[in-house]
This record gives sequence, structure tokens and C-alpha cells, in this order.
Amino acid sequence: MQRIGVFVCHCGTNIAATVDVKTVAEALGHEPGVVISQDYQYMCSESGQNLVKNAIKEHNLTGVVVCSCSPRMHENTFRKAAAAAGLNSYMVEIANIREQCSWIHKDIATATEKAIILGKAAVAKVHLNAPLTAGESPVAKRALVIGGGIAGIQTALDIAEAGFDVDIVEKNPTIGGKMAQIDKTFPTLDCAACILTPKMVEASQNEHITIHSFSEVTDVKGFVGNFTVTIKKKARFVDETKCTGCGLCTEKCPMKKVPNEFNMGLDNRSAIYIPFAQAVPKVATIDPNYCMMMKTGKCGVCSKVCSAGAIDYKQQDKFIEQKYGAIVVATGFNPINLDKYDEFAYNQCPDVVTSLELERLMNAAGPNGGTLLRPSDKTHPHKIVFVQCVGSRCDDSKGKPYCSKICCMYTAKHAMLIREKYPDTEVYVFYIDVRTPGKNFDEFYRRAVEQYNVHYIKGMVGKVTPRSDGKIDVQASDLLANEQLHIDADMVVLAAAIEPDKTARPLATMLTTQMDTNDFFTEAHPKLRPVESATAGIFLSGACQGPKDIPETVAQASAAAAKAIGLLVKNSITCNPCVAHSNELMCNGCSSCEKVCPYGAITYIDKEFRMPDRTTAVRRVANVNPAVCQGCGACTVACPSGAMDLNGFSNSQIMAEVDAICK
Amino acid sequence: MNKNLQEQVLRSSGVNVLKCMRCGKCSGTCPSYDEMEYHPHQFVYMVERGDIETLMNSKSIYKCLTCFACVDRCPRNVEPAKVVEAVRLAAVRQQGNNHMNPNQIPEMLDEDLPQQAIVTAFRKYIK
Amino acid sequence: METYTYYPGCTLRTKAKDLDTYARSSAEALGIALEEPADWQCCGGAYTTAKDEIATKLSAVRTLNSAKILNRPLITVCSACHNVIKQTNYDIANSEEMAAKVNNYLKLDEPYNGETTVYHYLEMLRDVVGFDNLAQKVVNPFTGKKIAAYYGCLLLRPSKALAMDDPENPTIMEDFIKAIGGTPVIYAQRNECCGGYITLEDKAQAAKRSGAVMKSAEDQGADMIITACPLCLYNLKKNSGSELPVYYFTEILAQALGLKEANNE
Repeated sequence: MQRIGVFVCHCGTNIAATVDVKTVAEALGHEPGVVISQDYQYMCSESGQNLVKNAIKEHNLTGVVVCSCSPRMHENTFRKAAAAAGLNSYMVEIANIREQCSWIHKDIATATEKAIILGKAAVAKVHLNAPLTAGESPVAKRALVIGGGIAGIQTALDIAEAGFDVDIVEKNPTIGGKMAQIDKTFPTLDCAACILTPKMVEASQNEHITIHSFSEVTDVKGFVGNFTVTIKKKARFVDETKCTGCGLCTEKCPMKKVPNEFNMGLDNRSAIYIPFAQAVPKVATIDPNYCMMMKTGKCGVCSKVCSAGAIDYKQQDKFIEQKYGAIVVATGFNPINLDKYDEFAYNQCPDVVTSLELERLMNAAGPNGGTLLRPSDKTHPHKIVFVQCVGSRCDDSKGKPYCSKICCMYTAKHAMLIREKYPDTEVYVFYIDVRTPGKNFDEFYRRAVEQYNVHYIKGMVGKVTPRSDGKIDVQASDLLANEQLHIDADMVVLAAAIEPDKTARPLATMLTTQMDTNDFFTEAHPKLRPVESATAGIFLSGACQGPKDIPETVAQASAAAAKAIGLLVKNSITCNPCVAHSNELMCNGCSSCEKVCPYGAITYIDKEFRMPDRTTAVRRVANVNPAVCQGCGACTVACPSGAMDLNGFSNSQIMAEVDAICK
Repeated sequence: MNKNLQEQVLRSSGVNVLKCMRCGKCSGTCPSYDEMEYHPHQFVYMVERGDIETLMNSKSIYKCLTCFACVDRCPRNVEPAKVVEAVRLAAVRQQGNNHMNPNQIPEMLDEDLPQQAIVTAFRKYIK
Repeated sequence: METYTYYPGCTLRTKAKDLDTYARSSAEALGIALEEPADWQCCGGAYTTAKDEIATKLSAVRTLNSAKILNRPLITVCSACHNVIKQTNYDIANSEEMAAKVNNYLKLDEPYNGETTVYHYLEMLRDVVGFDNLAQKVVNPFTGKKIAAYYGCLLLRPSKALAMDDPENPTIMEDFIKAIGGTPVIYAQRNECCGGYITLEDKAQAAKRSGAVMKSAEDQGADMIITACPLCLYNLKKNSGSELPVYYFTEILAQALGLKEANNE
């Protein structure tokens, strides 16, 4: 018979306001095996923990039940306290009477009754608990960063700084991401390229960093400390080791009518291309959809002019496999497609552009060499209308329910830069709310209004009609003036909502990490573990976790690096002892468990058994590798003969809990 | 504030006015804005405040073209035109409060005017 | 030849005979028989979105039910009828309360719950005939003609119920124009209201609205404008002050199929 102590937490008023904790402690004190039952205001506090520790020693406890918050919150706290008092950590059970009881009930009698039932279930389980010992598994001293934007670059640099090898996998031909496309950055208006490109170069020259550009992650196996990742290096038809980045091929390539992604399709590039002058790696890539040689077999100009002999029309995709201890996701964002919002005439008029397109139009390395000209007729716009929240804060089927967070600030920046450079241009900004929390942010926006005379209008554009005289009729509400306005604009700039990159969803499946309904990666705890995913060893960096500006992205990138380093410095990590094991005598060798195991932890072995009649027989039985098993329990459910069981969550323990609840 | 009228309008329109985030897109897109004394966003807000009679007594309720531009373009799915429709119905359902009289029709006709215009106006103006 | 139930509506009997006549002859040429329900009633011209209005929705339900009994899809051609009938069908399929009230009153042999498939004539061309097949039957193509499609409000909105096309980026009429050999003109006001029934008591507003539509189409270089709605045609022709020719889409369809002489405007 176990000697069990029960400890009921008030959690201030979180539990005590709806659950009569004294009655709970009293009722559970009468359960078989319970030798002490107490309540306390904050069980997780030091004095609360001491209460548990002292009781273990004084009453010689063999098991502990804590009725408190979710085990995700404080299970570890009480396991450590038990261990400090000499009790095996896995003899502690948590009854969740906060999230699953006090927070969701209003009636005290009902909530108290339920808390008692949950406590009884935990007591019933502890009776069947057995001490468990956690094993250890080694940590591969290498990190993988998926995504080579500013988030991925910063994370990789910080991990490398700590002396660990780190690989960046970037799907595009160059690292740099969205920041490379941006002209100036708020709130200081410094040039994005000037602060980004040195970091790109630093990443490429760092001895600890390997950049796999034009590459994708295609498979992830393993678990924290021990991931095996397959990376596809897509054929770029140029030998990276030979190409010097001289750019002669891009000049001579006769196919020059390819929409230039880097400039948002506002101008053209050649079929063999280097995305931009400061690209890293500075290596050419052939676009097989446009290359004449690849399509018709006739051309070969790039191959002829390349003195390095780097062109290889026959190059194939290459797969490499690598072991990593930690993985950081930094897959970033994109502006949404605006097809569903054609009341703004984005598809009808080249002078209606997105904000990211405007960045390129204003950039010195952009299609107009930094002079702001209308895409349609290359004239100076004299009246520009900015529309905020296009597709953000929506509760319709077209947009995103969240605030995209960065638009208010970049629009203030655009408005200010335009007024600074072209004082004869009138700028209107239609806003719902101006949201500028951040250091020096609201001051920045106010400068746009007060110093630069940008017309901020509380209201929304409802219809945009391009006219034959080249003007664009912008019909909008001015809610403060209680008027409907018609502005004859030269350009309209749409602050399109941002969304996670489309590669994030399949990646989340590979990594077995969680996403929210908007495909942003979910952090392990929204406040206290913001850069870790709920899957051990997977960390989150930048806008893949939620909309972020550059300063926030960089801060989070470094935080993710710190968490990854914290893992990589360990030689081994403690494994979860709550793993599956197979009762070989009951196993019928059917392979059901092997098929459902998501971690590949189960293999089948042939084993000799002594039969009752003293003969021996060889039988095929399941064997669990405890270092690989993550304790998900899928096999225990799949096993038809009941041979598979999970330490700490055995079939008999769970049935005992159910019995206690149903009694 | 008229609670009864407010409840009637909310029930009849099926609109949850609390979803409105006051962006003003409905009034930005409304083709009848200049003809209206109260504009689509004001309809939503005044119904939220229970100020229904003011709207019922305004000619604005006969200026909505029911083109549903505000309904389709509202980012919060508030559907302002349905609020206007419910207020208008609340008005014409009152005794003697028809907005049009069949005797007025002949002088409005011309030889090309489609019947569709007359039946629609009857649906809109008369109970 | 496949037979569909066809609802012409009141205006097509009188002021909009062209819309009706050429819809029928073209359908026949395309291998589709259109059959009117025995005793159809006027749809009412406008659908009220009010949830506490039932009586004004009954005639549309009767039409829908007559198609259901014959197990045929229902074809409409007038934008207003289409809008009323599709909204009625959508609401009765999605609101148990409305279905209960309507069926309680009508006492049909079998309750009607939105079973009938409703096609606008344009949807029939796209989804039943197919624009590729239509293109093959064209004998007088509109080659070189810049044709502006006018959707107005009734064909597209509310998009949840109408579900004909993307309400901001529709292509069905442009694809139709391409099928008959013309060049579609995209212009911003193609899905804005013409003023509709307001013409009865506020000519100025109707003139402003229809004028804006015509100006937008002219700005983008249209040679003509086509519509599926008698009231739109009226407003665009009589109230807009524009000289741009306006036709029913069925007129130019019949012309392309060689069933009608060319317009000489």
C-alpha cells in the first residue's frame, strides 16, 4: 500500500474562488492510502514546496498528489521538489483543478465536487505508479536554420558566435529575404541594405556557417538533440564551386523578358540571373522555365561566355543528409494576394501597387534607380493615396483576422520619405486606427503628420476607378468630416496583410510542430516560452511565429539562438522515461504498432522463447528503442493484443483513473 | 434609445452590429452616400445606440439602392444594407406610412421604363 | 436535347422582349430546350433580406418548387429575377426558421428546402454548354469589337448567396465575350450599381450612377456595353447621358450564332 500525501493549492483566488479547497482536502484525506491532506495558498511558492518536501520526509510518503494548475505549468516544479526530498519524481501526480475546473465553472458546489473527483482519480493513479528512471541521449552539436532572411541570418550568426556549426537552408538563390527588398527602415530611416548586407557577408564568411541556398528541407526524422534532416539542393544549372559571380552570363543571356521577382515583377531579368548585386552566395542561377537552351536546346550563350566553366545544363537536384541537435524555423512572411480585393483595382491599374512594390519603386537598386515614377507612364506622381488594413483585421472569407502590425509604421515611413524627397507631392493615408506601440514609433508617426504634412484621414477607401486621363478616382469615407471623398490620385498604395510563407505548413508537418489557424507557428507558451515550439528542439525565429517588424524579429532571432545554444552545449539530454514497452509474452508480431509509430522507434526482432512444454520457439516480437520513443502512446492504442504499454500512463493506471471518476 | 425598436431591427436584419470596427468602408463604397442624411456606418452605429426613430424618420432609408456593395466589402461581415432594410421595413410597416402611392405611378412612367422598376419600388416603399 | 425549366419574369414579357427572344433562340441552337413553368408569378423584383418577411418570398419558392418537381435545374436570365430566386434559395437552404415558415404556409406535397439548382443563363453557357463549345458554334464573331461587360450589383452580390463568380474580379461575362470573338474591356465600375429602381423618384441619382458606369467603360475604350438586366439597360440608355450602345448579352449571342441581324447603331 502506498503512503500518499495530497496537497491542494488555492492559487490565490484562481482556484479558491470557485472551489472550496478545504472541502477538497478534507474529502481526499479519506481516500485509501492517503496519510496527509493539506491545502495552501500558493503551493508552487518556496514555502508551498517546503510543505510538500517536509511531508514526504515526516510521513514517509511514497506518492504525492498535487491538486493545482495544469501539469504543463508546474508538474516539473513538484517533481523537482519530490526528488529533493528523496522521492522518485515520477511518484508525483497533478490533478488539474484550475484550467479544467475552477476556470471553467461558476457554481462552487459543482466545481468543488469535480475537483474532488479529479483528485480521487489522481490518487487512484498514484497507487499504481512505479519509480521511473530517465535515460540520457547524446546531442548532435550542429544547428539547422530554415530560412535565410534577417531572422535566420541573425539566429545563425549568434549560434556560430557560440562556437557551434550551423547550416542555413534558403529556398531562394540568395539569402537576405524581405529585408533585402526594403529601401529604408523605420523609425531611424537608415538604409536596409547598408545594415543587412554586412550581415549576409558575415554569415557567408563565418567558418561555422554553411549556407545551402536554392535548397529545401524535404524530410525530418528523429527528436531533440538527434534530428536527421534531408536537404534538397535544387539544380541551379550552375556549379556553385566554380561560378565567380562575374555576371557576364546575365549580361549576354538573350532571354531578357523574365519577370524579376526581386523587383516584384516591376521590371525584367534574364533567364540566367543573380537576384541582386549583393546576393549571397553571389552565384548565377538558370531559370529553366525561360532558358532557351533548356527549352529548345538552342542557345548556350552563357556556357560560351563563362570562363570558369560553371554552366551545367545537365545538373540534377542533389540530396544531402545531416544530423542536427536543434532546428530553428525562420520561414518568414509574404504579402497576401489581392485578387479578392479588386474594388481597389489592383489588377486593373499598374499605378495601384502594394507597399512592397513601392519599396522597390523607391529603391536606388529598383526598376527606376530610386526615382519614384508611376509604373504606367513613368511620370512623377503628385497625389498618392495610401490605404491601410487591406486584408488585415477581417472577419470575412477573404482576409486575415489579425492586425499585420507592420503596416502603420512602414506607411508613415513611405509617406514621410515621399514628402521629404518630393515636397510637391500630396500624400493621403486612410486609416482605421494608427497603431504605433514601439520605441520611438508614435513620435515617428506624429512627425509624418506634423512635420511632413501627410494627410491622415480616419476612414476607408471603398472603390478605386482608373480614368482615361491617367488619374485614379479614389472614393473613400472621411468619418470625422462625415463626407465621402473623391480624390483624383496618381498612385494608390495598398498595405496588404501579411501571411506566413506557404512552405511553413508542410514544414510544420515534417517537424511535428503546431500551427494556429493562420499557419503561424505556435510557441510553447505565449508569454514565458515565446521562441520555443511545443516540440522539444524546434525553435521559432521571426515572422513565422506572428507578424513582426525588423527590431522585434532580430530580438526574437537572438532569443531563439540562445535557446538553441542552451541545448547544443549539453553533451546529452535527459530522456522522457514515460516511453512505451512491449510485453513480449503477449505480443503477436502483427506490426500494428510499427506502422503507427511516428518516430520510427519500434522494430521487430526474432527472439527465442521457452515454451511450457520445455521446447524453445522463435517468435517475432516488437522492440521499442527508448531513446527514440517520445511517449505519444499511439502504439498502445493500436496494439490489438494489449502487449504495448506506456510507462507512467499504463493501461491499468488510466483504467484506475476512469474507475475513480465513474465511481 | 428605443429598446423595442432596436430589438426588432436586430432580429429582422440578423446583423450583429457589435462586429463593426468603425473602419468606414461601407460609407467609402456606398454609391448613394451623397443622397443620404445618415450614412451606412451611421446606420450601424445608431442601431447599436438604439437611436432607431431618427433613422426611420430620415429620407435616407429610401436612398439605399440595395446594391450590397457594403455587404460584400465590409471586412467585418457586418452587412450594413441589411440594417438599412430592417429600419426601412420598420418605418413602412407603420400605418399610413407608405412611401409611395399607386396613384403616383402613372406620372412616373415613360414608354421604356421596365415593369421591374415599379415592382421593385413597390416592394421597397409600400406595405 | 436536354430540357431545363426557364423563368422569364414579368419584364421579359413586355419591355425586355429582346432579352427573352434571343435567349430562347440561342438556347435552342445550342441544344438546350427551355420550358416555362405553367403558372409562374412575378418574383417581386427585389429580395428583402429581412428575416421576418415571408409572404414576399413565396412566389420565388413556388417557381423553385416547380423546377424541383420536374427534377430540372432552373434557368433565369433577368438579373433581378436571378438575384431574388437565388437569394430565396440560399436562405431557405440555410435557415430552418425560414424553411419552416414558408412550408407551413405553402403546404406543398413535399416541403421545399432549397433543392433546386439555379443557373443564370450565363452560368448555363459556362457550366452546361461550355464557352469552348459555344465558341465553335459562332458564325458571326465580334472580332475586333471592344465589349464592356456590365455586371451591376444583382448578378454578383451578395456573393455568399449568388456564388456566380468572384464579386470583385468576375470573369464570366468576359469569357462569354471572348467566346463570341470579341475583346473584353475591364473597367472598374462594371460591378457598381446603375441606380436601379431609384430612377422612379430620383432621376438625378440614377443619372449620376449610370453616368459613372458609362464613363468608366468609355474611359477604357469600350465600343459597346452589354447587360443581363432590363433596368440596367434602361438606366444606362436613358439616364446616363452617354451615347455608348447598350445591348442585352443575349442579343449579341444570337447575332454571333447567326440568329439575328447585326445592330446598326
